[in-house]
Amino acid sequence: MPNKDIKLVSVPSPNFVPERDLGKPLVLEVSHLGIDFGGLTAVDDFNMAIGATEIAGLIGPNGAGKTTVFNLLTKVYQPTRGTILLNGKDTAGMNTIQVNREGIARTFQNIRLFDSLTVEDNVKIGLHNSMNYHMYHGILRLPKYWKEEKAAHEKAMDLLKIFDMEDMANAKAGSLPYGAQRRLEIVRALATSPKLLLLDEPAAGMNPSETAELMENIEKIRDTFQIAIMLIEHDMNLVMGVCESIAVLNFGKIIAKGTPAEIQNNPQVIEAYLGAKKEED
Amino acid sequence: MLSYLINGISLGSVYAIIALGYTMVYGIAKMLNFAHGDVIMVGGYMAYITSSYLGLPYGVAILISIAVCTLLGIFIEKLAYKPLRSATSLAVLITAIGVSYFLQNAALLIWSSNPKAFPNMVNFGTLELGNIRITSASIITFLSCVVIMVALTLFTNKTKMGKAMKAVSEDKGAAQLMGINVNATISLTFAIGSGLAAIAGVLLCSSYPNLTPTTGSMPGIKAFTAAVFGGIGSIPGAMLGGIILGIIEILSKAYISTELSDAIVFAVLIVILIVKPTGLLGKKVTEKV
Repeated sequence: MPNKDIKLVSVPSPNFVPERDLGKPLVLEVSHLGIDFGGLTAVDDFNMAIGATEIAGLIGPNGAGKTTVFNLLTKVYQPTRGTILLNGKDTAGMNTIQVNREGIARTFQNIRLFDSLTVEDNVKIGLHNSMNYHMYHGILRLPKYWKEEKAAHEKAMDLLKIFDMEDMANAKAGSLPYGAQRRLEIVRALATSPKLLLLDEPAAGMNPSETAELMENIEKIRDTFQIAIMLIEHDMNLVMGVCESIAVLNFGKIIAKGTPAEIQNNPQVIEAYLGAKKEED
Repeated sequence: MLSYLINGISLGSVYAIIALGYTMVYGIAKMLNFAHGDVIMVGGYMAYITSSYLGLPYGVAILISIAVCTLLGIFIEKLAYKPLRSATSLAVLITAIGVSYFLQNAALLIWSSNPKAFPNMVNFGTLELGNIRITSASIITFLSCVVIMVALTLFTNKTKMGKAMKAVSEDKGAAQLMGINVNATISLTFAIGSGLAAIAGVLLCSSYPNLTPTTGSMPGIKAFTAAVFGGIGSIPGAMLGGIILGIIEILSKAYISTELSDAIVFAVLIVILIVKPTGLLGKKVTEKV
């Protein structure tokens, strides 16, 4: 299933992006990123560049530090070392809310929706910062409140349409079936109008037909919104099918980078996943 | 009997307004702000000083009192509770009790323990229906309670700030990653709760015009009881709990014993919690397995 014929081109080495994105500013450029927890180095010397409309994969065995990378990018953890440039802007000293406003949104490995809110309100939480009215507008129900809420409602419905979820808008998020909750998390993240969407195991717990549908949707999202997507995933069909570049993480370090075809044939990657071949006597 | 009932509803409405403050803060910040009752007392003193010493009209005095308490609430949260955001709930609880004593003793230093005669700020005469007399204070207290409850319900369910509050109460981390400013949202919650405490202070002292530094503590505890009684975290629950509690208190004072009325109030709470641990309108929390 390796994806079509992808050609990756070098931007300032050691990074590369799809040829299509050459000349456009990089959405993300990470250099020498690292974090220590006490004496333990969880991620070290992590380098990566993501082009404006690239779909990048981050794979690796359990505990390799993949989600930690996401937590570093979203400033849930402050990095110990290294720099993260988001649309060319250094994110040092920014907090979670600021990097979100600069254009990073994410989903979670274990779904973290606002269960007691409706599907539509979950999306509206993502739209919070794009709704522009003050508290007194809301309390006094001034025209501005109605106008902004109506615009947000329409925007939310448009976003829900991506996954054909408009008819669930009034259901409580917690009552949705598992697959729909995963999709709603993506919609909620898209509502913050990101330039880079981070998906943490989007296909976890999905059956093969749901996964196939998700793959189409990931490409559809990229094409519609013209954004970059970075995903962590264990489902190799999905990773090899939709990602244009893949980085493999093991013990907190990148051990390989390249196109899906290159990664599949990389002996180090095979070793990391399957263990070293024993020497025959 | 009917006039006792009216008194009960009036007292209960004050409890309800205070309980709304407790329930908002608990619902969003997941903490019991035991200093809430003392903010009522500060609200009472502020209205008293601005009207009796500075001679400002009652309306202005009430507005100043609301403004001061709102700021006080934000200030208390920033100074005392925010540094403990990730501490155990026990540490926060003890801090809240500390803040409560601090406010009481500060008031004792500034205004001494001599009771102040609080003017009735909501006196517009008395309504007489046959042999029942309803004071304007009772009517206004009940009406403000209903208006506040409806406004708060609409605010939390229908505005972006209200929805952000709900999101923060469910998952601070996820809310933050969606760009919600968690600190500002919690500040807003404290601001609203403390502003309500000022209104409760004025209404309480207008009906029971005896203002001392401990004025807020007993109504505060009873309102907390009311919030638990109605289901803590629930806005209509706080109102229902407050009014029922007020009625029970006045009726037991009238028909059973003045001394025992508080004991009866708390006994009812214990019975309710045994029968329905989440309170009257509290949500059932089902553990996912």
